[in-house]
Amino acid sequence: MDSYIKIDNLKKSFNENDVLKGVTLEMKKNESLVVIGRSGCGKSVLLKHLNGLIHPDDGSVFFEGRDISELKPKELVGLRKNIGMLFQSAALLDSLTVGENVGLGLRESRLYKDNEVIDIVEEKLKLVGLSGTSDIYPSELSGGMRKRVGLARAIATEPEVLLYDEPTTGLDPITADMINDLILDLNEKLHVTSIAVTHDMKSAYKIGQRIVMLHDGKIEFDGDPQQVQNSGNEVVDQFIHGRATGPIQPN
Amino acid sequence: MRTGVPVVGRRAISFISRVGSIFLLLGKSIYFFKAIPGSLRLIFEQCFMIGNKSVPLISITSIFIGAVAAWQAAYQFKFIGAPLRYLGAAVGKAIVIELSPVLTALVVAGRVGAGIAAELGTMRVTEQIDALDSMGINPIRYLVMPRFFASSFMLPLLTMFSIAIAIGGALLVSVLFVDLSYETFLSGIKDSFKMSDLFAGLVKAWVFGAIIGLVGCREGFYAGGGARGVGTATTQAVVISAVMVLISDYIIATILFRV
Repeated sequence: MDSYIKIDNLKKSFNENDVLKGVTLEMKKNESLVVIGRSGCGKSVLLKHLNGLIHPDDGSVFFEGRDISELKPKELVGLRKNIGMLFQSAALLDSLTVGENVGLGLRESRLYKDNEVIDIVEEKLKLVGLSGTSDIYPSELSGGMRKRVGLARAIATEPEVLLYDEPTTGLDPITADMINDLILDLNEKLHVTSIAVTHDMKSAYKIGQRIVMLHDGKIEFDGDPQQVQNSGNEVVDQFIHGRATGPIQPN
Repeated sequence: MRTGVPVVGRRAISFISRVGSIFLLLGKSIYFFKAIPGSLRLIFEQCFMIGNKSVPLISITSIFIGAVAAWQAAYQFKFIGAPLRYLGAAVGKAIVIELSPVLTALVVAGRVGAGIAAELGTMRVTEQIDALDSMGINPIRYLVMPRFFASSFMLPLLTMFSIAIAIGGALLVSVLFVDLSYETFLSGIKDSFKMSDLFAGLVKAWVFGAIIGLVGCREGFYAGGGARGVGTATTQAVVISAVMVLISDYIIATILFRV
């Protein structure tokens, strides 16, 4: 496979707790991948390795053939500008307005004039359906709106890769579906490579062209949504049908 | 089972690692001084916040510091039979070289240091610092350097403000309750004033400001464990800053004032 992103035998432990025990995964450009798995199984840890927020204990992450752990600080900054990330809690800076949050990466890059930043911010807010909210503070927004602002911020620098950390967690089903639609829409309009981690199967089926299941620190299953539903794998079946009994033991 | 030696060992390692991380953060913050011209807005915001948070409290504490210093000094003067015309000189020197720098620092540590630790700690546990990193914005340049710089810049200014208010408090007590004319009190201050004393007081304030900013940032920046972690970081910031201020006060005194 001509891989755009390659994760090779990735291992990570926290306080003697082995979270990732050798994850190997390859992705093509413009692919939309969803990583599913139980809460605490290491999905977000895996995602944060992709933009270097977490460093592996062992193994490597390659972007277009370049090992990101070998990048110089300036090169890593450049890479991060090319990878937008939507955080689980949106992670908007409380002290900044919506507009300042969305334009933060642009402003700090010092590549744009103030009026250009304002135009780009308004354009991105319009894309996520939040036109005219620039002057509001994040504390005045609902959970769904915060996620959408987080999305606008993630796409502000027009990255080639988008990472979504639990994009629908904590949202009501209707808002969650709106976020799913928005992700699909953005992936199509912006032609990005996207990786989402979620335990929301409805969301996984909707936004993923390919779904991998992370279990016990390793990839348990890899296939398209249809294959996931007919996998015959007991671990996958138990998870996707949300059964309390089965091979997956309680935490 | 927890035995004494491993517990002491763990604490020693934790202390060394904490001191190490403070010096590491100091180095990184100084490295980002090159970004000061592009970070003036962030630095100004922090200066304003430090001043805004501290001035009312410093005003109240300083006026009472001066008042108590004058009262206690007058009591001692009477006890040893020293002439009261030297009251202004004694109180003024104590305020300039010791009382105002140290007590202003302790007030700012409790007010601003704790605030910095709580703010950065909350940003850490809500992934806001990760979000900055993910946008290619170095959080030490964006968050730590402006707070560190502003804190070390503002402490000398706040100390000068405290000196003026404290001398005012001492003057009031001296004139109203000690039966000393204000001319005598002020001439005592004027005659004994040495620029090197003020310089020493401001050097202390600058070092204290750097400590408060750095410790507050360190504790908040590396906070973990949700709300409890933020609470711990906030408390630690105040305790560590206060202890470091007092230790460095002694060290600076031994360097600047030869006995």
